Amino acid sequence: MAVEQINIPIGPYVEYAVDWVQNNLTGLLDGISATIGFIVNNLEDFLLWVPGWLLALVIIGFGIWRVNWRFGIFAAVAMFLIFGMNLWEETVSTLALVVASSIVALAVGVPLGISMARNDLVEMIIRPVLDFMQTMPPFVYLIPAAIFFGLGKVPGTIATVIFAMPPAVRLTNLGIRQVSKEQVEAGLAFGCTARQLLFKVQLPLAMPSIMAGVNQTIMLALSMVVIASMIGAGGLGNTVLTGIQRLNVGLGFEGGLGVVLLAILLDRITQSFGQARKGKR
Amino acid sequence: MAEKIVIENLYKIFGPHPDEAFELLEKGLSKDEIFEKTGTTIGVRDASCTINEGEIFVVMGLSGSGKSTLVRMLNRLIEPTRGKVIIDGNDVTAMDRKDLIQLRRHDMAMVFQSFALMPHKTVVDNAAFGLEVAGVEKAKRDERAMAALDQVGLKANAKSYPSELSGGMQQRVGLARALASDPSILLMDEAFSALDPLIRTEMQDELLALQEKEQRTIVFISHDLDEAMRIGDRIAIMQGGAVVQVGTPEEIVTNPANDYVRSFFYGVDVSQVFSAGDIADRKQVTVVERPGVSVRAALERLREYGRDYAIVTDRGRRYMGMVSSETLTQQLRGDGEPKYAEAFLEDVESVPADMPLAEVLSRVAESRYPVPVVDADGRYMGSITKTVLLQTLDKTG
Repeated sequence: MAVEQINIPIGPYVEYAVDWVQNNLTGLLDGISATIGFIVNNLEDFLLWVPGWLLALVIIGFGIWRVNWRFGIFAAVAMFLIFGMNLWEETVSTLALVVASSIVALAVGVPLGISMARNDLVEMIIRPVLDFMQTMPPFVYLIPAAIFFGLGKVPGTIATVIFAMPPAVRLTNLGIRQVSKEQVEAGLAFGCTARQLLFKVQLPLAMPSIMAGVNQTIMLALSMVVIASMIGAGGLGNTVLTGIQRLNVGLGFEGGLGVVLLAILLDRITQSFGQARKGKR
Repeated sequence: MAEKIVIENLYKIFGPHPDEAFELLEKGLSKDEIFEKTGTTIGVRDASCTINEGEIFVVMGLSGSGKSTLVRMLNRLIEPTRGKVIIDGNDVTAMDRKDLIQLRRHDMAMVFQSFALMPHKTVVDNAAFGLEVAGVEKAKRDERAMAALDQVGLKANAKSYPSELSGGMQQRVGLARALASDPSILLMDEAFSALDPLIRTEMQDELLALQEKEQRTIVFISHDLDEAMRIGDRIAIMQGGAVVQVGTPEEIVTNPANDYVRSFFYGVDVSQVFSAGDIADRKQVTVVERPGVSVRAALERLREYGRDYAIVTDRGRRYMGMVSSETLTQQLRGDGEPKYAEAFLEDVESVPADMPLAEVLSRVAESRYPVPVVDADGRYMGSITKTVLLQTLDKTG
């Protein structure tokens, strides 16, 4: 048999699996959809309900408090630019998507990382899954997300969660495993139960690593949210997409600039939480 | 003295097939042979000893001798494979998790080589860690933690973070953390080994002072004989996972069970660092230059200085022999010309200057006379008397 005659129908298998899930797990899918929809929509409504100037002031305030006054000035200029480009609503919408998907990714990822750190077998199983999740081109997630959850913010958020979760899992696992043997022994020797060991010794000592994971997750979420606009997630990604579709360089650039400014703000502010803990060491 | 901790035929075998390793152990194979055959490591083999209430019991051995494993089996940080640990009459090895946690919270505390403090907690919160875990309320545990910090002289640093303290101070926090729950047993795993020598001695003194006030039972791991001799009421020496000798420091030094134990004794700094030439003393013994001084004059010189022995050298200061006032007197009383050569003490043998002190030790101990030291050219450098030797050991030991 010639090589070109071999045909392993992986594509059809996957299609079959997706069909099966869609037909048999409707309840589960609806539940997920309702939960995520609730988080995203309420968050976005809330952020848009807050007056723009107040939200901007809060972000600038965070910049000054967590980083320094120069970063506060940068934040002010960034806010001003976003207002000026008439992209405020899109930016807030993107922010809501990023925050919502990061919350979900961390809510799932951190406990997963903890279970990985505590059990070698779990680590052995999850590690390749994480590799798979991270190396699969992000566009691919859009297809099943759209099939299961239709178009809009919910599938966008779900695709984002899947794409952004691996660093939170990995760095939580790594952080806990890096806690020195003697510190774990000290915890046990002074009479910690398994739960106390986790919450009083392992998690606090792993915190810098976990915070690095949080930062990475938020950054990945931001980059995925732009891609997710292809299935109607909206926000700044939509502006960029419109720019591409109409070959409108100016519009595309404005959308892109909005994403970059948001990325810098989120990155510096979330990083500062990890560093503050280190500073006390 | 009451028995506090009794260790009975304790074994720890690391690896997947302990039973296989037991069979080989019974056949008398060594640790290395068993590792080669089965891939299992013998951590501790058939250790038995009794630790009395209120004593400092030092467990000594080279790294890999199983001393850390042995001590970690006392609070079951490492689960014993076989054997028993009995504390205050209760079998620790048979305790369920709940009782074990109670034991760890109230009766035993541990101090670690790397301090193992929590970097995100202040000094006082670190000291209160054991109490916090045990569920003592905040006000009360802070009070007790402060009292413990006061004991180690760190009350003023209560609000600092561990990273702001020196190594010695960090280990004081480690000690305070252990003292805070007022345990009857302290396990100290190479607790002072990471500190520099001056601080180490200081901490040893402090531990002894604390021990004088409140007699706890302290199990102290060390690889340092000086430390063991200094603080230990009794010492257990471990080799290849087995306890080879238990005794007071004096017993172990004067009557070592085997060459391994003896090697620790020879391993004391002094005997390794110094050689015979380093401690040879010129003032203890009179020197007589044979060609210039007659036998009679030599005898008179000895009497004048109140000495019993003299070294005889030739013109080039080369060592020829040792004489005593007795042998010189005999020569003078005898017939004919008195000769140095016939007055030489027979059982005196000179030692080369580069001979290690460890070897000199036995020579001096056995000899009735001072031991003369000569350099590579045979020139007399000085003598080592028992007094000189003791002073040297005392200064550095």
